[in-house]
Amino acid sequence: MDWQLLTTQLFPGGHDIVERDNFLSGTAQVDGQPVAVIGTTGHTPIGIEIALAQAQAILKTVQEHPGRPILILVDTQGQRLRHRDEMLGINSYMAHLGKCVDLARRQGHTVIGLVYDQALSGGFITSGLIASACYALPQSTIRVMGLPAMARITKVPEERLTELARDNPVFAPGPENYLRMGGLHGIWEGDLAGQLVRALGDATDEDRRMALGLERGGRLLAQPVAEAVRSGGHVRAA
Amino acid sequence: MSSYQELTARQRIPAMFDAGSFEEFLPPSERVASPHLAQLDAPVSFDDGVVVGRGKLDGKLVFGAAQEGGFMGGAVGEVHGAKLVGMLRRAIDENAHAVLLLLESGGVRLHEANAGLIAVSEVMRAMLDVRAAGIPVVAVVGGANGCFGGMGIAARCANTVIMSEEGRLAMSGPEVIETANGVEEFDSRDRALVWRTTGGKHRYLLGDCQVLVADESDAFRAAAIAAIAELRGGEVRLTLEGLLAEQAMLARRLQDTEGLQEPMDVWKQLGVPEPARVPMLEADAFLDMVAQYRATTGAP
Repeated sequence: MDWQLLTTQLFPGGHDIVERDNFLSGTAQVDGQPVAVIGTTGHTPIGIEIALAQAQAILKTVQEHPGRPILILVDTQGQRLRHRDEMLGINSYMAHLGKCVDLARRQGHTVIGLVYDQALSGGFITSGLIASACYALPQSTIRVMGLPAMARITKVPEERLTELARDNPVFAPGPENYLRMGGLHGIWEGDLAGQLVRALGDATDEDRRMALGLERGGRLLAQPVAEAVRSGGHVRAA
Repeated sequence: MSSYQELTARQRIPAMFDAGSFEEFLPPSERVASPHLAQLDAPVSFDDGVVVGRGKLDGKLVFGAAQEGGFMGGAVGEVHGAKLVGMLRRAIDENAHAVLLLLESGGVRLHEANAGLIAVSEVMRAMLDVRAAGIPVVAVVGGANGCFGGMGIAARCANTVIMSEEGRLAMSGPEVIETANGVEEFDSRDRALVWRTTGGKHRYLLGDCQVLVADESDAFRAAAIAAIAELRGGEVRLTLEGLLAEQAMLARRLQDTEGLQEPMDVWKQLGVPEPARVPMLEADAFLDMVAQYRATTGAP
């Protein structure tokens, strides 16, 4: 979905979000309260500059508007695959962004992620996936890597991966699979503005995604394994 | 003196922790393996490629993990990630002195794509929960498979990263970049370029790794003990001041390296007098030569 159409639907109370080189930032009114909005658009790859720009916007919010909720709008084809990004330590830029989100959360800013178009791997793991909660629009796609690169690395033939991606929740790119595995808290249909208000109210500090994955039947072992390790118990057959 | 790089995960644990002190959680005898590998006709491992537990390090209660690069490149699947998260949560429950992560990983295990991606993000959050509890987290990167993908990000969520020259820390592997953008972008067979781009010396010079040691397990152990002692004396939680300093360091790096494509030119820009000699130097000689030139945040 186009970000302008999206933000019109999300913020009937108005917003001043602007786009600069596929980086979105601004403030919106949600239920009469200001919310800081950052994000990306145009399926842009997340390179070191745009990761740093997002981090800066979050730190600025923490500094200037303590406690103000933050909405991260996700649309990316993943981390930028360039030698220069690797040379300069793109993993550090991504980690920095993730740490800024984490700090904001711990200092009382509710952080909501919304995948409104595409989310891929490295561009997603330190934005939506590190928020207090992450949601997606039904037509969005979320995945780890394109199948040709995946085939080359796993040595599994691309045809086999394509076949698996058709209906296997572990490989299929649709948001409903991430919902079942607990990676998404919900999928928003209909009244987006209302769902955002609810999400801001529902967000908790605790990372409950493993428990959600178990409850929803999409990730059966993560929660029992983590719990067995934590308590010194055994893993019951799922 | 033994090479750390050549050890398996199960050999690294006793090489790093006090003799006989390590107790493994959910050991292989529990036979908990990945539920996703069979459909790809891939073999499973009864530890899913990671050892987690607690032991003593220099007499102190330290929780830890070691990823096995020999099993699927140390990549993180559903069970592997959950073991790490369970250990990290238990480190908080039992008020550990520190957490020591012996990382060797390609990142998300692509055979469990979506489950692996969520798992890595859970590991990151759990690491930051440990830090928020006031417990230092130290990451060691010195395995033959390096530390890539989501685990390359996770490593930088630790308080301190300890590397050897042979260790590699990055995000997308050279093969992935070559596949996406061609051999002209990144020639994955050019081993010297790969090391200049991702290796321990380069990461140390940039400020993305705080301690560089020779590839010896005793050196890694001593560095881990020293790093933990130093961290226990300071602030290990994320702070606004710390992140502003990191923001400044990363912004400065972008500015100062504008237009540069070759790691040696980056070293030269930092002021290193004879950048071409850097790859040839032993760890100690390297540290002497670059001490005054490496970038830092100026804060822990």
